[in-house]
Amino acid sequence: MAKNPNRPLSPHLQVYRWSPQMAVSIFHRATGFVLATAGMMTLLWWLSAIGGGAESYATFVKYVVSAGTDGSAVQIASNWFFRLVALAVTFSFFQHLASGLRHLVLDIGAGYELKTNRTWASVAFVAAFFATAFVALFVASRFIGVL
Amino acid sequence: MDSRTNIGRVRGLGSAKHGGEHWLKQRLTAVGNVLLTTWFVLSLFMIPSFEHGALAQWLAQPLVAVPMILMIANIFSHVKLGLQVLIEDYVHDEGLKFASMTLLNFYVIASAVFGIFVVAKLAFTGAPA
Repeated sequence: MAKNPNRPLSPHLQVYRWSPQMAVSIFHRATGFVLATAGMMTLLWWLSAIGGGAESYATFVKYVVSAGTDGSAVQIASNWFFRLVALAVTFSFFQHLASGLRHLVLDIGAGYELKTNRTWASVAFVAAFFATAFVALFVASRFIGVL
Repeated sequence: MDSRTNIGRVRGLGSAKHGGEHWLKQRLTAVGNVLLTTWFVLSLFMIPSFEHGALAQWLAQPLVAVPMILMIANIFSHVKLGLQVLIEDYVHDEGLKFASMTLLNFYVIASAVFGIFVVAKLAFTGAPA
């Protein structure tokens, strides 16, 4: 079928006022994408580094966790990159989990009343934020020596 | 005039009875992921040491390797279903859509097989030096 670029379009996202219900929906997709790509690739790297032996695990640690005092500039930059990735993946995990559980409740037909729907959409964000903060503080105090 | 019988006229025009399959699989793998990733996150908190030897021994245990393999398989099935919807919703060019769908399938199957192989090798042949 030939495409006609002049055909009328329905109003898109930018004409609507943002609400928690809208935000939680698009965040579910975005966080799912982050987990599917960055999250799973890092997990597979970790698992294969364990399977590859002490030397390959040391390489993983140097690039992902901590380059140590004699690390190269590339390794230190990579450490900071993976700290951001870890933060994004951690938030994505809890956000996707919380809004995924919300979806399962909606799937059985519950929680569609306007106020209830709005409340649980907000709860998903709040829960993900606090869970991420807890994990970040835990990791910072146990492994990076901050706190 | 159509001389076919009534049943001949409608045959093949109904639904394929597979309409709910994708939706249902997505929910089932979601429930599986809730259980398996909860196990994984709790395990991460309880691992005593993140030294290589300790991790390799941990991962080689049957009660760690089996849920890990299940988690990899379940997550990548869920990834396939979820990213398929993203492609269907946002990639409108037919050629590009076909290419994206092919790449998605390659990505999901290659990653899952790689991850399962890594864990299975460790579990069957023991931790490497």
